[in-house]
Amino acid sequence: MTMVRADKSRFMLFRSISMACVCGLTIGAADAARAAQPGKLTLYTAQHEQVVDMLTAQFTKETGIKVLVHQGEGPEIASQILAEGGHSPADVFLTENSPELVLLSEHRLLAPVAGATLALMPARDNAPDGTWIGLLARENVLTYNSAKIAPSALPASLLDLAQPAFAGQIAIAPSDADFLPLVSAMIKLKGTQATRSWLAGLKKNAVIYDDDEAVVAAVNRGSVATGIINSYYWMRLATELGAANMHSAIHHFAPRDVGALVNISGSGILKTAPHAANAQRFVAFLASREAQTMLGKSDVDFEYPLRAGVSANPQLTPLDQLSPPDIGPADLGDDRAAAALIRDAGLV
Amino acid sequence: MRLGSSRRRVLPWGLLGASLIAPALVLLPLGETIWQAFHGGAAALEAVLFRPLVAHLLANTTGLIETTMAASAILGVGSAWLIERTDLPGRRGWAVLAASPLAVPPFVTSYAWISLSPRLEGFAGAALVVSAAYYPLVYLPVAAALRGMDPALEESAQTLGVSRFGCFWRVVVPQLRPALTGGILLVALNTLTEFGAFSLLRFRTFTTEIYAAYRTGFTGAETAALALVLMLLCLGCLGADFIIRGRARHARFGGGVKRTPLRYELGPWRPYAIMALGLLNIITLGVPLGMLLYWLTQHGAAAVTPAEVSPQRIIGATLNSVGLGLASAAVTLMLALPLALYAARHRGWLADSLERTGFLAQGMPGIVVALALVSLAIGVAPAFYQSTALLILAYAILFVPLALVGIRSALVQADTRLEDAARSLGTGFFATIRRITLPLAAPGLGAAAALVFIATVTELTSTLLLAPLGTRTLATELWADGSTLAFAAAAPFAAIMTFISIIATWLFVQRFGGAVLLARQEP
Repeated sequence: MTMVRADKSRFMLFRSISMACVCGLTIGAADAARAAQPGKLTLYTAQHEQVVDMLTAQFTKETGIKVLVHQGEGPEIASQILAEGGHSPADVFLTENSPELVLLSEHRLLAPVAGATLALMPARDNAPDGTWIGLLARENVLTYNSAKIAPSALPASLLDLAQPAFAGQIAIAPSDADFLPLVSAMIKLKGTQATRSWLAGLKKNAVIYDDDEAVVAAVNRGSVATGIINSYYWMRLATELGAANMHSAIHHFAPRDVGALVNISGSGILKTAPHAANAQRFVAFLASREAQTMLGKSDVDFEYPLRAGVSANPQLTPLDQLSPPDIGPADLGDDRAAAALIRDAGLV
Repeated sequence: MRLGSSRRRVLPWGLLGASLIAPALVLLPLGETIWQAFHGGAAALEAVLFRPLVAHLLANTTGLIETTMAASAILGVGSAWLIERTDLPGRRGWAVLAASPLAVPPFVTSYAWISLSPRLEGFAGAALVVSAAYYPLVYLPVAAALRGMDPALEESAQTLGVSRFGCFWRVVVPQLRPALTGGILLVALNTLTEFGAFSLLRFRTFTTEIYAAYRTGFTGAETAALALVLMLLCLGCLGADFIIRGRARHARFGGGVKRTPLRYELGPWRPYAIMALGLLNIITLGVPLGMLLYWLTQHGAAAVTPAEVSPQRIIGATLNSVGLGLASAAVTLMLALPLALYAARHRGWLADSLERTGFLAQGMPGIVVALALVSLAIGVAPAFYQSTALLILAYAILFVPLALVGIRSALVQADTRLEDAARSLGTGFFATIRRITLPLAAPGLGAAAALVFIATVTELTSTLLLAPLGTRTLATELWADGSTLAFAAAAPFAAIMTFISIIATWLFVQRFGGAVLLARQEP
């Protein structure tokens, strides 16, 4: 009796082991098949997943090209591509902030984007050498909870937030990719020393969160009085919660202040792209009137389409009414100096 | 008999060779992390480690660990005492409920609480979630110890005039100490290696900061330096556990004759005891499962829903999770089996150290293993980079200890005299294993496979970092939605994951007994 039971269990066991092996092999074979198949595209992206889903679904519908997506934070993916070097399976890198593209361009990992595609966008938002294209813009703002701070007490400049008056009043997400360009801009405009002391003051004042989503939520529920974010995140929260549940508002920094920075979200094609032709088609699609209009109209993305004549989401202050500091993506450079200062300040 | 035992000592080289594989694999990420941390030079290591942030993280982490250790000890001992040693009604049911939180992944628990109130962000929420998720790690061994305790000591104490309460503190608690400290150290270890729950709760510990460093483009050396600190903390817990268990064995001499343990009458306290346990279960199981059901019925706004929820996507993620779980269980079992056989049948210093090396993996957080494997794959074996094989290798390394425990306990129970008989009748070594040992140990192997399967399905960090392009699992979908506050969109993935975990646990408890849950926490 015991032996019969044991035999049965053994049979069950071997059966499940062999089943599991088959499962593993199937997944493995699927990997291999994916790599070899034409009509595909591998997209590395730091854009929000729902934006990417919307874009890739439309692209696949129009061209039949299937898009394989790898998602992550901008600097993480840039480092990953650097580490992968020649082995990278990526065709296109689509990201939220230009410095990551500049970094890859500096390492000569990006191939030129087709001239016809580049011409669709304002020249000052593209790479001077044509290795990446600017697609969307997002404004840096301060979100504040009016129950916690009077609008008259809000700072005119980002630099003010390092003052002792703001102790415990400011939420930041230094490990979010959007924080780095801000620090890069400050280095360019104010110098390394001033940036160091600003970060030291901020370190004393700030309540630290993981990402902009957490910052905007914390300010809205009144945990912290103000928070540094891209306006995108406030719009997203407002769309999710409804206007009635918004206890926070957006404060624009003074014209030309470093805090009023406008970041460029762009895309580049890898030199090592296994599907270079598809990659060019995809980037051309991103710059097309159709895709730009789709992004501007939807309540999914709250960025400014950069293509002339395409209007942004009506909830946003129109792009031509913003007065960002006079600093383009080329001046911003890569993020490395900013990352080092943030780390030295003990913020990450 | 003599013939049998002398033959057993002959060590087949094949077995030794095969049992070297698992420990070698466990040492691989450990070595890679140490090498990476030091190869930038001592100055670079110092620059990363002696920063205010690291001090802040140490304070955060130790504060949380102390709180959860205390809370789990109180909750675990309290509920074990009520269930095992009083006339509480429905004791069997309460016993099952007290072990059940182990089947709910902590990052589902944290998702539930954070979606209930964002005020739970930070320390309070982290302490609540981790204590609720891990108190069974104290409950299970303490309940087992209470069951096995000789009532004679308590009776003598009471006849000598010690009050009931005094008896508990002076007689029962000292006897519980090995089980209690073992359980508490496991709580500490799990708290140290937890990532998903703290990420959702926005509580900063070493695991979340290592991930943040990775996300902000830190170099491998900088990330590895942080990983090294975390690993030292984990290995410290593991070492303390080994030492305490070693001592405990000596303390157990002369267990005495087994009798049914004393049960105290609750009397007027009965309703309060029921209320306390009821409240505990509402917190540990009711809220997580209730919130899951609530969010399943809600619609998410498109703007904050990263993953468009379609049946196709849910099915795809489920199949991926289950497929990976099965493959990981099979591979882990195959790696652990020779080592367990060798350790169970050829005791000695070599077997001991190999087995302990295998158990080191318990002190290696998923994020550390995953990052080490990424850099090894890119540097040494680019063909394996972003492959399913590499992900399964990571699972196998992480879960080898679970498999070892399950197989070891089964092998110890399998009577060696049957093996001796087979050998003396002329059956070869491997034929004996195949025809005698494995069939006898089958239930234990099944339990080990189940443990690895459940652990794989609910694993987040390595899956996040190592999953091949386009492979989304229940865990990664839940994380993508949960971390951007898209609770409604996350619900189906969280619900299916919890369902698989609970069903798998329940099936195997039914089939193999509660030993499954005990094995999970007994290294």
